Amino acid sequence: MNGLPRNLHPGAWWLWAVGLATAASRTTNPLLLVLVLTVAGYVVVSRRSQAPWARAYGFYLKMGLVVIAIRIIFGALFGAPLPGQVLVTLPSIDLPEWAAGVRLGGEVTIEAVLAAVYEGLQLATILACVGAANALANPKRLLKAVPGALYEVGVAVVVALSFSPHLVESVSRVRAARRLRGRHDRGLRGLRGVAMPVLEGALERSVELAAAMDARGFGRRIERDGPRRTSGALTLAGLLGTCVGSYGLLDAHSPPLLGLPLLLLGGALAAGGLAVGGRIAVRSRYRPDPWTRAEWLVTASGLVSAVTLVIVAATGGGGLAPSTSPLEWPLFPVVPTLGVLAGILPAWLAPEPPRSAAAPPSAAATSPARRLEEVG
Amino acid sequence: MIRFEQVSMRYPGSDRAVLSQVDLHVPEGELCLVIGRTGSGKSTLLKAVNGLVPHFTGGVLSGRVLVAGRDTRDNPPRELADIVGYVGQDPLATFVTDVVEEELAYGMESQGVAPDVMRRRVEETLDLIGMAAVRDRPLVSLSAGQQQRVAIGSVLAAHPRVLVLDEPTSALDPPAAEEVLSLLQRLVHDLGMTVLLAEHRLERVVQYADRVVLVPGHGRPLIVGEPGEVLAAAPVAPPVVELGRLAGWSPLPLSVRDARRQAGGLRDRLEITRRPEVRPPPADGKVIALTRGLIAGYGGVPALRGVDLEVRSGEIVALMGRNGAGKSTLLRTLVGMHRPARGSVTVDGLAPAELRPRDIMQRVGLVPQEPGDLLYAETVGAECAQADRDAGAALGTAAGIFDRLVPGVDLDLHPRDLSEGQRLCLALSVVLAARPPLLLLDEPTRGLDYPGKARLAAALAALSSNGHTIVLATHDVELAAALAHRTIVMAEGEVVSDGPTREVVVSSPAFAPQVAKVLAPAPWLTVAEVAATLQDAG
Repeated sequence: MNGLPRNLHPGAWWLWAVGLATAASRTTNPLLLVLVLTVAGYVVVSRRSQAPWARAYGFYLKMGLVVIAIRIIFGALFGAPLPGQVLVTLPSIDLPEWAAGVRLGGEVTIEAVLAAVYEGLQLATILACVGAANALANPKRLLKAVPGALYEVGVAVVVALSFSPHLVESVSRVRAARRLRGRHDRGLRGLRGVAMPVLEGALERSVELAAAMDARGFGRRIERDGPRRTSGALTLAGLLGTCVGSYGLLDAHSPPLLGLPLLLLGGALAAGGLAVGGRIAVRSRYRPDPWTRAEWLVTASGLVSAVTLVIVAATGGGGLAPSTSPLEWPLFPVVPTLGVLAGILPAWLAPEPPRSAAAPPSAAATSPARRLEEVG
Repeated sequence: MIRFEQVSMRYPGSDRAVLSQVDLHVPEGELCLVIGRTGSGKSTLLKAVNGLVPHFTGGVLSGRVLVAGRDTRDNPPRELADIVGYVGQDPLATFVTDVVEEELAYGMESQGVAPDVMRRRVEETLDLIGMAAVRDRPLVSLSAGQQQRVAIGSVLAAHPRVLVLDEPTSALDPPAAEEVLSLLQRLVHDLGMTVLLAEHRLERVVQYADRVVLVPGHGRPLIVGEPGEVLAAAPVAPPVVELGRLAGWSPLPLSVRDARRQAGGLRDRLEITRRPEVRPPPADGKVIALTRGLIAGYGGVPALRGVDLEVRSGEIVALMGRNGAGKSTLLRTLVGMHRPARGSVTVDGLAPAELRPRDIMQRVGLVPQEPGDLLYAETVGAECAQADRDAGAALGTAAGIFDRLVPGVDLDLHPRDLSEGQRLCLALSVVLAARPPLLLLDEPTRGLDYPGKARLAAALAALSSNGHTIVLATHDVELAAALAHRTIVMAEGEVVSDGPTREVVVSSPAFAPQVAKVLAPAPWLTVAEVAATLQDAG
């Protein structure tokens, strides 16, 4: 059912990851959170490519550990004291009257540490979901998939990305050249000596690039200012709505109106703006990533996880937030567990990524029949 | 196809016209070569074809430029993109994306070509430029010749009717230039594309041209005609043409093949004279630079694999070899910019990487590939004064050297406003202010025209006779032949051939200068040598 190896649309991976992150945001149950981490990790391992960014997941996991550690330290130092079993007693500092309510040091209870671990783990899991999307989706393809109205922004980002390595190279070249003139690279004057040629070079390059882009037809569009402004206003309003909406959705304590409704409204506005803007540009797209059944299925699996946990949380279903005071052993509640497990389906639903172009030459040199066998 | 009618062009802030009253017609299917000195207005002429001049550069253009019936006055470059494909000198600076396939598609995307057409054309273009095997490679990982081919392919994919190329092979080593030129030839001969091409390296392209346009500069009228007639009187001419002029051949040969067929008589005349005088390598000069088992690299990738080298005082040594053979790394190691991984390198008995910058510059100077890297003052005069202070030399030293190299340049100019050759000479003067006995130059002739090259060669020869030792890394076989006592050919970080220039280059198909190819097996390398021999023989 997967068909030939290909890259899944990066947007689908991001929607799936946001689904899992939303699910994680609704629970502090460490068992469920670890399950989310496992699900995301399994999908990453089975469907990532050989590109450099494919190793991002491990990095995000480590970052998660740091987040948990920070959360524990802060909880122990400044957290409100929870009554219970005292683990250690830190030296406490008595603060003056005006700082009443702020605590420094004192007793650290198991309950307080566990509460900090649960909350840290939740944050770490959400981070890991972002990491999963980063590991699975090609950032350049994602930029290519931006709608026509945002095309210029996309190009600017692409150019900046390919420009920065040149800038680094030119800084090291100029610094080396300064040595040739018997200078040391220290101090403000040294900075000016390096910055001037580098900036001049960068400016020259960008003028040259702009000329080349112009000569190749960049910016051909039907000159109409009206739709352009409408599109800009709609898109901006829409993006704002989407931002606030996503915050509302991920933050369980904000009023419900701020969540899904605003997200949907923002999405609709942005889509309208982009549609209007897309009609102005005359450009077309080379080999766009298709959005087919596999993309729908992957998105759906993330959505199932998110919707299950959001509904269970809203209806007050048990097991999502195990109590830490008094201590309570966390359990696997049936429905949320199944919901999170739905997120693992992309490991089979998504097509395999194509093997890297940098395959060993021997593989390329095998007979056509062998290659056909491999593909089929 | 392309028609210039009474075109004059003046840039903003300049009071003299770059082009004046130009009339030119390039018919369909022609390869038209534009030649002229640096700064004569070649680039302006080319950029006027797709409207980059004046839409992008500013300035006042009078008269009319018509391309396929469209007036550039009403059509900015982007609207002409489907008719004119424009390729500049530095392909890396013009790439928008970072993968071969996407770069080819970029222009068509901007022009709104339908996706299925686009897909087909990308595949066709990949075959045309011979890059199908590396279609998904990052552009920065390609060789210079491949990059230039992608740059040409990226404008070809949009099916323009005219191709305009501004010095497409100037920065390339000979094999890479061959790749690009054979692609151009295929476009002209098999596809009938109209091509307008500017190039300094005439020896590479003149045999392919149907017509030559000489831009004399200073707003004087263009000289247009058959390659032979135009070159007979042109101030810039490849060595094979110069040889033809010297020997009085008619019609003038444009390629080595033409010349070789006419050269029988000349070969016979030279046969009976004595061999050309071998430039004496300086007698028992002491060893000034020495490397033993030198290994150096970048991030674990070795660029030099065990180089043993001796450079003696007073020598001129040419380092040749393809891009990435390790020439630049060797120079950088000699000047202490790069630390050797293993082996030893000494200059004047000291390890350059251990010296303080101030002490290095007294012993060895390097003019880098990008001479602009050395310059950062606002005026030429300030640059020279700064160089004197850095070197602890008397005020006016650098300015004096610069004035001898290129007389009469305004010292208040900004270094970026100098021509390529003038900027090189300024960097050279800055380095020479410290009087280093060993002088290293990395690709000094990039972007220089023939007169500029001749001046540089004369300057270097003078420095050498003043006791400077010179090592130059170059692709320019003509320069090496005219100048170097000794030629070292490097490949893959190793020295593959090292000996007197005459012995090394005469037998090599890649590194032999044109005169040697015409006269082989007789060992004459340059037109000047032939002239001297004939004069001696009376």
